[in-house]
Amino acid sequence: MATTTKEISIGDMGARASAHQDELQGENMAINVGPSHPTTHGVLRLMMELDGDLIKKCEPVVGYLHRGDEKIAENMTYNQFVPYTDRLDYIAPLANNVAYAMAVEKLADLEVPPRCAAIRVMVSELARISSHLLGIGVYGMDAGAWTPFMYTFTEREKLYTLFEELTGARFTTSYTRIGGVARDVPEGWLQKVSDFCDQFLPILEETCNLLTRNRIFMDRTEGVGVISKEDALAYGITGPNLRASGVDLDLRKDRPYLGYDQYDFDVPIGTTGDCYDRYLIRAEEVRQSVRIIRQVIKSFPEGSWYAEDAKKIYAPQKGKILTSMEELIQNFMIVTEGPRMPEGEVYFEAENPKGILGFFVVSKGGGVPYRLKIRSPSFCNLSILPKIAPGLYLSDITVLLGSLDFVMGECDR
Amino acid sequence: METQESQVGYNSKVEGDVIVTKVDAVINWVRKNSVWPMPMGLACCAIEMMGVAASRFDISRFGMEVMRFSPRQSDCMIVAGTVTYKMAPVVRRIYDQMADPKWVVAMGACASTGGMYRSYATLQGVDRIVPVDVYVSGCPPRPEALLDAMMKLQKKIEREPSFKSLNKETEEKRIWA
Amino acid sequence: MSELIDSLQPRFEGLEPRPSSDHPAMQCPVGLLLPLIECLRDEFSYSLLCDVTAIDWEEESPRFSVVYHLYSVKEGRYVRIVTNCEDDENPSVPSIVALYPGANWHERETFDMFGIRFEGHPDLKRILMWDGYPYYPLRKEFPLAGIETELPDAEIAEETKAKVLPAPMMGGPFVAADGSPMSKSEPRAKDQSWTEWKKKEALGGNDLDK
Repeated sequence: MATTTKEISIGDMGARASAHQDELQGENMAINVGPSHPTTHGVLRLMMELDGDLIKKCEPVVGYLHRGDEKIAENMTYNQFVPYTDRLDYIAPLANNVAYAMAVEKLADLEVPPRCAAIRVMVSELARISSHLLGIGVYGMDAGAWTPFMYTFTEREKLYTLFEELTGARFTTSYTRIGGVARDVPEGWLQKVSDFCDQFLPILEETCNLLTRNRIFMDRTEGVGVISKEDALAYGITGPNLRASGVDLDLRKDRPYLGYDQYDFDVPIGTTGDCYDRYLIRAEEVRQSVRIIRQVIKSFPEGSWYAEDAKKIYAPQKGKILTSMEELIQNFMIVTEGPRMPEGEVYFEAENPKGILGFFVVSKGGGVPYRLKIRSPSFCNLSILPKIAPGLYLSDITVLLGSLDFVMGECDR
Repeated sequence: METQESQVGYNSKVEGDVIVTKVDAVINWVRKNSVWPMPMGLACCAIEMMGVAASRFDISRFGMEVMRFSPRQSDCMIVAGTVTYKMAPVVRRIYDQMADPKWVVAMGACASTGGMYRSYATLQGVDRIVPVDVYVSGCPPRPEALLDAMMKLQKKIEREPSFKSLNKETEEKRIWA
Repeated sequence: MSELIDSLQPRFEGLEPRPSSDHPAMQCPVGLLLPLIECLRDEFSYSLLCDVTAIDWEEESPRFSVVYHLYSVKEGRYVRIVTNCEDDENPSVPSIVALYPGANWHERETFDMFGIRFEGHPDLKRILMWDGYPYYPLRKEFPLAGIETELPDAEIAEETKAKVLPAPMMGGPFVAADGSPMSKSEPRAKDQSWTEWKKKEALGGNDLDK
């Protein structure tokens, strides 16, 4: 029987694949990290195109928490709008209250007395500690570490107790009014803050020890999501994210308000601008905030907690209202028509924990603003995502979002 | 194990290790003690919900610390925060994906009625798109209030006619008391 | 602070100072906007774009003004630039995305809220409201409570029979009119949508949990 042999050469799969690369490449996979997802920063939707695991395009869709704050502001008096400012950056509400009150006071060129300024500084710094603690805790949780979340939340609960004693509410405080703060510091509160600071620093060190030199955390965050100086400034990034990229911009030092220039503190500046740097900057800012708080307590001035000569702006005390006619009329006018502000336009920015929160107030006189624009730091921080996300892997997105530390209440207003 | 409807007459010397009760009681007991919430954390109330899950107001003692963000694996959707019109279809879709039996807790003023946001973009209450079982008031509600609401939900689950619905094709009307 | 404006006025015809309570502010004609901002960015080191927004002046003409805030990191100073849109019906200004990439989202938001088109913007679409929302919310004639439209998702709208309804204002928010005689200035809603109250159709959950 004649046998025939035929030689067939197939080659290995790799060689065949590379010969047909264009056909096998296929399309990019469109994936939707939907508005409801486990990163606890809120309702952000990411429409991404992936090539396998590599992100090719990333487009964030915001607006799922747009509640119409700016339109509401045009219909409310200045004091009635304070609760809405709480819910902007709802992790550090006191800082928003302070920023808003200062912006409106600028319209009337009103200076608050030193005690009120000291209270506002202390409250802003406590809010900064609270916000960064949540940022660090949740960042660890996003990266997979559950314990820092528990530790930081316990510390935040202690802060909530302090806020509750001062303002009446755990976190949505609505503490400031135009011309001052709502009520004075209660007896013994300063001592409690001082005790909190003393016991807090060792716990902060313990929490940071879990993350700072943690091999897994460092591998996940170092070199990921690098934002260059030029990019950061061009896209309007502010706050710890900008300082991590190496730009020295801190409004507390560059344009001091509320007497920040009398306190001695450092501003940490990063070198590489990656996620690890952003985490380190937040941890260091917490320590600096504790330093500021200690100085405020030591030099806490006496005096009034509201601007007493601003008769048409800050309502008089309850005792006077119920007994004297003029104070009654003043209170009525301020509550129904709002604090009388002159005509004009102001733009004031404050250094909030998330970045620079700005308020642009246009007033045509009277107690209701004509236009109120809120310049939110998270809105601008998120706009850089389409630029830095491509080139990362899908699992780096959680780390990147956690490091940017944005909050959607502020982004969408 | 006693519920309001079951009469457990149990004498261990007579009956030994056997309890006689209704099927409803057993099913509801199992369901209420392991309600796995699906946190629809949208705004500030989500922070209080995270506070409930943390160590001071431990929700784990009720068996509810499993806050998986997967609708297929959860029983109760806690809508925490303002629902805007843009987000409303998303909330409804996730509700539709949850498996029966499912409950909804509207946490906070914004989820119950729209809260202080009476504006063009806010859904005035999540009960316009999903049926709600328990409303929690507060802005934000204290964590204890949320725990109280979960306990009320547990009492509501106790009274459900679960056995009948297992046999029928369509579910019986739930108790709206 | 008007040194800045004094040094710029000879180079840009039509630039005028604008009254402001705090930072130096300039009124700039639309045609000069791009060269002015480029000059501010390059020569005067205003490297950070803080904000882009707009104001609706209602009855006045020109109706819309676009406001830019710039900040100089080196010197710690702000400047405000205000441009009036020439057309009241279809307002538009040139886009500064080429100068500051961060203006991309700000301009989208201004378009979303006011309907001001930015010429040269790479992708001008709504950002805070959903695509397909027919109105511009921050215009003064748009009521706070909103106008009835459809939900963004047609399937869900059919399933739940829900719509985008005007919010029940119930007479609030309570603000007294300013300046008028006391007897007339009772606190009442500035917005006239206070007599309607839409009953919630989904009460009782009867249709929904089938």
